[in-house]
Amino acid sequence: MTTKEVKLMTTGPAAAAMIGSGIGALVMGLMTTGAELSAALKTFLTWTAPVGPLSGKTGMAIIAWLIAWALLNTFWKGKDVSIDKAFRVTLALIAVGVLFTFPPFFEAFAE
Amino acid sequence: MALSLREFWTAAHGMILGALFLLSFAGGLAGLYSLRPELVTELGIKERLTRLRWGTMGMAVVSLLTVITGTFIVYPWYRATPPEGADLSLFPRSFLKADPSLSAWHTFGMEWKEHIAWFSPILAFAVAYLVWKYGPELVKNAKMRKMVMVLFVIAFVTAGIAGLFGALITKAAPIL
Repeated sequence: MTTKEVKLMTTGPAAAAMIGSGIGALVMGLMTTGAELSAALKTFLTWTAPVGPLSGKTGMAIIAWLIAWALLNTFWKGKDVSIDKAFRVTLALIAVGVLFTFPPFFEAFAE
Repeated sequence: MALSLREFWTAAHGMILGALFLLSFAGGLAGLYSLRPELVTELGIKERLTRLRWGTMGMAVVSLLTVITGTFIVYPWYRATPPEGADLSLFPRSFLKADPSLSAWHTFGMEWKEHIAWFSPILAFAVAYLVWKYGPELVKNAKMRKMVMVLFVIAFVTAGIAGLFGALITKAAPIL
């Protein structure tokens, strides 16, 4: 690896991958708690009857993750962004996602 | 000695795919930890990076296959609604919910497992991408290497929570 090659390695795509994964985790949490808050959302998320709303929750999380990653990567391709900030944002998104999938938390919103 | 279709898929989901991801974690973490010039020669780093790239990508794929088989093949058998008067031992969710001493396996264990498990492939693919794209950079950039290791550990912990509850729930109410 030459010095020139290392200099070409911008941090934008790394930040996009990290935050994209955090957004996927957050959406999983939001869908989990949201399905408890709203019967309409629960019905919407039932993409396949045998799996129930879990099919839509996982589907939405995967879609959000991939779209967020692709968009952020497009914005930040070839750019240097703060990897520290991106990492902290990612951890915060994951933490909120975990909280929103934690049963004692989301069951408090059950209709 | 034979496995039913349901037992086969339950074993494939938890004991083959899930276990493979969890067991390979230690190797992946050790590989990431030792990706530093003061510990390994240049040739060693090159060899290690190749292994780490394929290893983390393989783990991400295995993690995704684990949650797909769990959610779309095994879970429908777990949550199936029993017909009137049915033997509840054939319907794990209903069996657990019917017994107050067991219901927490569903209301807490399964409810958390089925959701948090999906964090693992999402984070594992982010780790695999970072290792593939920034491999040589990770050798020199300790901060970025630590960030990748933290994401890798979170991917493992979320899979571990799901795996642990999966094993315990299967013990309390196996899918027959």
